[in-house]
Amino acid sequence: MSETSTRPGTPPAGGDAPAMTRPSSMSTVSRVTTTVLRSREIAIALVLVAVIAAATIKTPSFLFSSNSWRDLLLTPAILMLLAVGQAVVIITRNVDLSVGSVLAITAYLTGRLFVDNPGIPMVVVFLAALVVGAALGLVNGLVVALGKVPALVITLGTLYIYRGIVLTWAGSNRINASDMPDGFLALGTKQVLSIPVLFLIAVAVLAVVGYFLYTSRSGRDMYAIGSDPDAAELYGLRVRSRLVGAFVLSGALAGLSGVLYAARYGTISSGAGTGMELQAVAAVVIGGVAIFGGSGTVWGAAIGAILLVTINRALPILGIQDFWQQAVVGALILGAIILDRVLSARRTRKLVEARDAS
Amino acid sequence: MPEPSAGATLELRDVRKTFGAVVALDSASLVVRPGSIHGLVGENGAGKSTLVKIVAGVHHRDSGELLLEGRSVDFSSTAESKAAGVAVIYQEPTLFPDLSVTENIFMGRQPLAGGRRIDRAAMYAEAERLFSRLGVRLDPRRPAEGLSIADQQIIEIAKAISLEARLLIMDEPTAALSGVEVDRLFAVARSLRDEGRALIFISHRFDEVFSLCDTVTVMRDGRYIATHPVAETSVDQTVALMVGREVGDLFPKTPATIGDPVLSVEGLTTAGIFHDVSFEVRAGEIVGLAGLVGAGRSEIARAVFGVDRYDAGSVRLRGRPVPPHNPRAAIRAGMAFIPEDRRKQGLVTNASVARNVAGVIRSSLSRAGLLAPRAESRAAGPWAGRLEVKTGALDMDAATMSGGNQQKVVIAKWLATKPSLLIIDEPTRGIDVGTKAEVHRLLSELAGEGLAILMISSELPEVLGMADRVLVVCEGRLTADIDRADATPETVMKAATRALETRR
Repeated sequence: MSETSTRPGTPPAGGDAPAMTRPSSMSTVSRVTTTVLRSREIAIALVLVAVIAAATIKTPSFLFSSNSWRDLLLTPAILMLLAVGQAVVIITRNVDLSVGSVLAITAYLTGRLFVDNPGIPMVVVFLAALVVGAALGLVNGLVVALGKVPALVITLGTLYIYRGIVLTWAGSNRINASDMPDGFLALGTKQVLSIPVLFLIAVAVLAVVGYFLYTSRSGRDMYAIGSDPDAAELYGLRVRSRLVGAFVLSGALAGLSGVLYAARYGTISSGAGTGMELQAVAAVVIGGVAIFGGSGTVWGAAIGAILLVTINRALPILGIQDFWQQAVVGALILGAIILDRVLSARRTRKLVEARDAS
Repeated sequence: MPEPSAGATLELRDVRKTFGAVVALDSASLVVRPGSIHGLVGENGAGKSTLVKIVAGVHHRDSGELLLEGRSVDFSSTAESKAAGVAVIYQEPTLFPDLSVTENIFMGRQPLAGGRRIDRAAMYAEAERLFSRLGVRLDPRRPAEGLSIADQQIIEIAKAISLEARLLIMDEPTAALSGVEVDRLFAVARSLRDEGRALIFISHRFDEVFSLCDTVTVMRDGRYIATHPVAETSVDQTVALMVGREVGDLFPKTPATIGDPVLSVEGLTTAGIFHDVSFEVRAGEIVGLAGLVGAGRSEIARAVFGVDRYDAGSVRLRGRPVPPHNPRAAIRAGMAFIPEDRRKQGLVTNASVARNVAGVIRSSLSRAGLLAPRAESRAAGPWAGRLEVKTGALDMDAATMSGGNQQKVVIAKWLATKPSLLIIDEPTRGIDVGTKAEVHRLLSELAGEGLAILMISSELPEVLGMADRVLVVCEGRLTADIDRADATPETVMKAATRALETRR
């Protein structure tokens, strides 16, 4: 902004211009560095490192034993997928409480497909779960977007309906590891370069969704809708189709995590994934996504998921009793929300000060 | 009808819009030419904002013609009007607070690089270019949160320019701006005009309209009244056109004996909202609080009743001080307050009439903390009967009643507290003409029985017809105290815009 406008009739930029926020004078590199260092994602990652360090100091085998490194990455993989989908929905100022039940449906579907069609290719099973999950998400999205009913109520309803479907379908049946092909079950524990495959899948999905949210118009629309739904209408954004899209994505990822659940645990009953939806919401909130939408990233949500799972594994090692383990998770959520309020109040104040200065 | 003209950017012919039974726009006509700033003036409720929303595609017109550059258009969404080159800057800009200033400008039509990925570098560069052209210094990367209204409007203007908008509508853009900010906005508006764009400027400030616009169109009661070149008209002539109607016998105000002061307000001040407001309301007197929308009338009433805090000043009722920020104490002292939006603030629409009426006196009806429906009905009956609330029975849900009857239920509810002062905000908004008169008759009767009434109204005829005395508020200050005999549309409108004329 070194040039001053010389167009006739345009006021000069300078001394008599009203109070303005000066354009950033930082270079691109230093701006990016500052942004990254100040980001919520880094803060959560640091907490995660601290938790791992504390547990490792107390019991070195937490990190340095044959399976511990694998478990550190493998255990959170499924929750990461759910958290990524949940983050996208929450960014649009909605919530999807049905993901745990969707996971149960597609996990059982995976088992049934292997039982009823011996020799079915794994790709077909993955696709089927993705499509079924997306369809269940579509139902959520259509009712929320067209019916203008709060997502909290709608997905609370479908949480029970979808769980009812799997209860009716599975009854007291249980699908066991022996019902599924070894090649599929191996996915659950297989590692590439000492990194579990399930974790790689979760990170790949995370990267694609994160890239999409940052660089595509529809991704930015979702942030805009969450930031101010009324303004989004006035802007002429396609609010409805974006909302439906967010729910379809969340459903599809829950469907995918159902397949991974089957591969990881080998046993599927109608109660699979009960309560996972709340863990996913918790991971998203801990990960710095504003509960009223508009800000936050799927990266933060994924780190939040890892932190949540890792804390649950680390606390027993640190000698903390069951009751307090739950309380710590609760404190973490409250802490994240309070931090959010404090940070946003501080940001507002700074932005206002920046305006009044100069 | 204004003269139709070839080459006009925007032309409206006899556009009509109703919301239910309420006619918001009766027959609106307007011709705006390219390279012109067209002023649009009219009283509150004259239909200016509805007209804007129809052009912007927020509302859909019932009948009439809408031509954009000679072609008939029919917008069913804001996206369509945008695509056609119409940009609107609302009084309160609508931005996404969490997103950067640049994203706010380009949302939904960001420049794309390969693979339909957003080209952020190009976007920021374009934003910088727009800001330097507008002569403002804004960091394109900062979030929109915390920006002043003036800066938010600059963002909206930058958006309009980047859209290559051919028609820019500004709906009361200066209401929240300081003098310097207004000057900057005007300079930008003139440079856009010089590029051949058409602008519509809506304002209550005549000095601004007359210094900025080249043409001015007056609207009244949802109708087109007249269009004049600014050079050939005057403020007085425009005001006369705006109000130009007789106050008929619509208002059955009966003279009442005026008694002792009931409400005395001294030096009431809340920084940035209203300043040094002092007035009295006497028993049997209806005092009208007039002024433009946003002048601070409702805020004064809310502070008097104790809903909002105030920084300085005192409120006394029948000589006794009323503690600030304590509506319960205000009710006990004998105040009743009927807010503007009765559905939101005054009436539990899902509850029965009896429960609504008895609601405020619940504590005196309850026995051992329990509340019997029978006691509620017993207490409510006489009041509802007296107000001729037309509901089948007292247990009918308030939500199913007409606006007029709802208003009467709210009045009944407060009369049950036996108040000595009634504050009523926009008593007849959204009520059909027939029931309006009933509400007016009721207010007049209550005053006749010695109740002191403070009535806020944006409808000039209502104020002039009902009030014994008119207090005029302009930008948070009382600018006039006019007796019934001297109150005319002209004196009230002049006072309502006076501070605006002399401030700068």
